[in-house]
Amino acid sequence: MMKKLIALFFAVFVATAAQAQEAPDAMVQRVTEDVLDIIRKDKDIQSGDTRKVIDLVEKKVLPNFNFTHMTALALGREWRKASPQQQTQLTDEFRTLLVRTYSNALTSYKNQKVVYKPLKMAATDTDVLVRTEILQPGSKPVQLDYSLEKQGADWKVYDVVVAGISLVSNYRDQFNQEVRNGGIDGLIASIATKNKSQDNGPAKSEKK
Amino acid sequence: MIDRFGAPGNRLGRRWLLAGLIALASGCVLADEDGDDPYESFNRAMFAVNEVADQYAAKPVAQAYDSATPLPVKAGIGNFFGNVGDLWIGVNNALQGKLTDAGSDLGRLLINSTVGIFGLFDVASELGLEKHDEDLGQTLAVWGVGGGPYLFWPLIGPRNMRDTVTWVADSYADPVWSLHPIAARNSMVVVRFVDVRASLLPADKVIEAAALDKYSYIRGAYQQRRRNQIFDGHPPRLED
Repeated sequence: MMKKLIALFFAVFVATAAQAQEAPDAMVQRVTEDVLDIIRKDKDIQSGDTRKVIDLVEKKVLPNFNFTHMTALALGREWRKASPQQQTQLTDEFRTLLVRTYSNALTSYKNQKVVYKPLKMAATDTDVLVRTEILQPGSKPVQLDYSLEKQGADWKVYDVVVAGISLVSNYRDQFNQEVRNGGIDGLIASIATKNKSQDNGPAKSEKK
Repeated sequence: MIDRFGAPGNRLGRRWLLAGLIALASGCVLADEDGDDPYESFNRAMFAVNEVADQYAAKPVAQAYDSATPLPVKAGIGNFFGNVGDLWIGVNNALQGKLTDAGSDLGRLLINSTVGIFGLFDVASELGLEKHDEDLGQTLAVWGVGGGPYLFWPLIGPRNMRDTVTWVADSYADPVWSLHPIAARNSMVVVRFVDVRASLLPADKVIEAAALDKYSYIRGAYQQRRRNQIFDGHPPRLED
């Protein structure tokens, strides 16, 4: 009898503890639905207002990303050769670039449906892949996966994979090319230039 | 306009081209690692040609098609060409030993060609028969044939040596390419080309925003996507 009671107590305890921290797939779903909901209601975003999407992404999406890890992953081996200050600068510039890219992708959103695949993970896992799929009539479903890692109690995204293409490691060649030509500072400068060109860039005028 | 070889595609010519490519490929396919780009300067030149052709011809046509065609029509066209490809997808699944998938592809073809009215509606997907993505290049990769050097072709885009050769074979197996009369075949090929190009329009914007160097961004994306297709969406993790 006592044994059963203790077992029950533990079961309840474990269940509440698990509820206290959000599972990675639940987090991905919550943030995605949140953002898509806002886009569906916002006429400005639908007509291509990049500024507004960027704000939305910065507020809702950014807090769930680990940009330092993303930048390290994009750069590969060279990351350890960069000074702490260079690492910070690089992360800042890369963050801006990724936010632009992600925001741009979101302005093309037109009522596609997102399907969330069930996640198999052990309680001890600290690195998982959450799989989703974008459905649109007349085309093959597009695979959209998120790599997440556990940081303290929270899960943070460190890679986004579209149709098997990692948006982060797809920078590896380009980054190494820039480092070969002008060192880490050269790389920082060229990302900064890219970001500036988009400030006054054509992204906004190209309405869909 | 778009015979995919840029030349009048009579069967004999294509056969010679295929033979030539296989001879050319057999020398290097097995030798090179995936991801090598030994012909980079040539590829970059082809890439530049393609960019111009795309900017002045393919993209404007695709944009016009995209804005003039209502979504249900676009979906119908996409479904139609999807259905036409399902038989060859099934054959490749069978060649890779995935018999259940092959059976499902055959089922898709039967259902969509009949209930789905010549493939215009993808009824099979609604019934839970998932659309697959296979071609001969993936089959050879599963059999252990390496990709060989990376190449960039005008109009058909990025393809390594293996996938270039198998692409020729894929078009042999493609019902659209065997259509008669030739005029009907050509218009079908053009419509499909425009439809595919239009489906890539949203990606254009993203690549423009993302890439420091568009050529190598696309090369990396091609290589990763191919690897993902070969492993049916579950590629093993690469260590850094």
